[in-house]
Amino acid sequence: MDSSPYSRHTPYGTCDSHHQHRPHGSHRQYHLYGPYDPYDPYARYGPYRRLRDGLRAYRMIAAMWIRSTMAYRLSFAMTTFGNFAGTVLDFVAIMLMFSQVDELGGYALPEVAFLYGLTSTSFGLVDVTVGSMDRLGRRVRDGTLDTLLVRPAPVLAQVAADRFALRRLGRVVQGLLVLGYAVAVLDIEWTPLKVLVVPLALLSGGLIFGALFVAAGAFQFVAQDASEVQHAFTDGGNTLLQYPPTVFAQELLRGVTFVLPLAFVNWLPALYVLGRPYPLDLPVWAAFASPLVGAGCCALAGLAWRAGLRSYRSTGS
Amino acid sequence: MGTGRLYAAVAAGGFRRYATYRAATAAGVFTNTVFGLILAYTYIALWDEKPHLGGYDQAQALTYVWVAQALLAVMSILGGGFENELVERIRTGDVAVDLYRPVDLQLWWLAGELGRAAFQLLGRGVVPLVFGALFFELALPGEALVWLVFLGAVLLGLVVGFAIRYLVALWAFWLMDGMGAAQLAGLCGIFFSGMLLPLNVFPGALGEIARLLPWSALLQKPADVLLGEADPLGTFAFQGAWAMVLLAAGRLLQTAATRKVVIQGG
Repeated sequence: MDSSPYSRHTPYGTCDSHHQHRPHGSHRQYHLYGPYDPYDPYARYGPYRRLRDGLRAYRMIAAMWIRSTMAYRLSFAMTTFGNFAGTVLDFVAIMLMFSQVDELGGYALPEVAFLYGLTSTSFGLVDVTVGSMDRLGRRVRDGTLDTLLVRPAPVLAQVAADRFALRRLGRVVQGLLVLGYAVAVLDIEWTPLKVLVVPLALLSGGLIFGALFVAAGAFQFVAQDASEVQHAFTDGGNTLLQYPPTVFAQELLRGVTFVLPLAFVNWLPALYVLGRPYPLDLPVWAAFASPLVGAGCCALAGLAWRAGLRSYRSTGS
Repeated sequence: MGTGRLYAAVAAGGFRRYATYRAATAAGVFTNTVFGLILAYTYIALWDEKPHLGGYDQAQALTYVWVAQALLAVMSILGGGFENELVERIRTGDVAVDLYRPVDLQLWWLAGELGRAAFQLLGRGVVPLVFGALFFELALPGEALVWLVFLGAVLLGLVVGFAIRYLVALWAFWLMDGMGAAQLAGLCGIFFSGMLLPLNVFPGALGEIARLLPWSALLQKPADVLLGEADPLGTFAFQGAWAMVLLAAGRLLQTAATRKVVIQGG
């Protein structure tokens, strides 16, 4: 690794020296532009390098926003509590329903709590990490996205970390509490596979919701003002998954299994743990396919993001 | 009167301001419809399990779902009304400009808010309700008079909602960053307006209290009027009383704020 002072001043942070000093071949042209190729700035980096750069930029921007939030500590405490309380109320509504009935769609309160805890935790984690993506539409509209484009860090990392809001941890805490309550109250015969399914569900839930947020971000390049549509899929999806699948109509279930595979976030894993029949007669192993489905969603979302970013034309003002 | 025309112009401005964003309106309608769909299925399960829960039959419960989605943006129960703007103006000190205009601060914002609500009633209220009526069996009244009374209850609910959020926004004079206070007040609004669950389904004393709080004027009362479950005059009296009390409190707080507090950058 190069330790000369110049290596630190390239637009991509630290930089491998052997690329810069290679006198032959296609690398040569980078010197014409300086270290920057406007058409594919990351061409010379592998995916690992991009990921590391992205994460580093993300960490730095997030840390900046946390410091900035801490300037108003009382307000931070209140908004974190508010975030927690908001999601608690969400669950209180379900508890109030169960104060009137014993079952909803054939499921008792602890079982619904298990569904709720799984989706709420993974959704909360995604909301903390990339939940600020819904501000992208505003940036596209007023042209401030240009600032992000000229900065030497991946745009996705910058957009995801924009206004990083630590207060959103409130939802994660609440989701984990409900999940803990469900596991404590439910009489589950735990097998190694059932134990394995729980972290798998959180992982695939994170991947699927994360993909949804990124795809929604890509959509904002096109939609701008219409960015509220994404809440129908993100928050709407989370709300849908809090209830048992038996509540919903078959067509809706088909849609959220085969078109927008939300069912893999928590329904299939949770039904496996609870020993309940799957909707739509899906095979038993479907619960274990969740991470694969999540990875597929992320790949598609990545493609959508690139297409969206490439279509960006600045307001020019 | 010149002042009447002035506030009408402010209200018209509020209407036109929101009418500009057509794509955003369409997006909001779509989102409300999706949520309405999800909630409708959960309510069907709930009322299947216990028919006549809270005094509603299933058609009334489904009507409640779609009325709630229709009024969500109108009442700005999830935020999106004037309050963020007012808080921001207080924080930056721009409120000084508002204060030396020859108009009343509270009525100025109320007029703008009513204009916004009027647009959102048309732009975001009608379509979800029509969608709900097409795909579910709703209990919508046939008589025009009931709809008129419903609109009256919506108007009074708007004034109550405005008065609450005006009070909360004014706290920014003392707190500077009013986000936290606004959020906590917003949560009470979501819960006690009946947005999450109709207030008549709330059990025991919680239900009794929730139905007396001002937030019930936003959604539960207008919906009950439409469903024929509440006496219109009693509803108007309840909403009117809360509106008077809260508007007066807002006026007191406004006086205190403008007398005692130094405006930022002013």
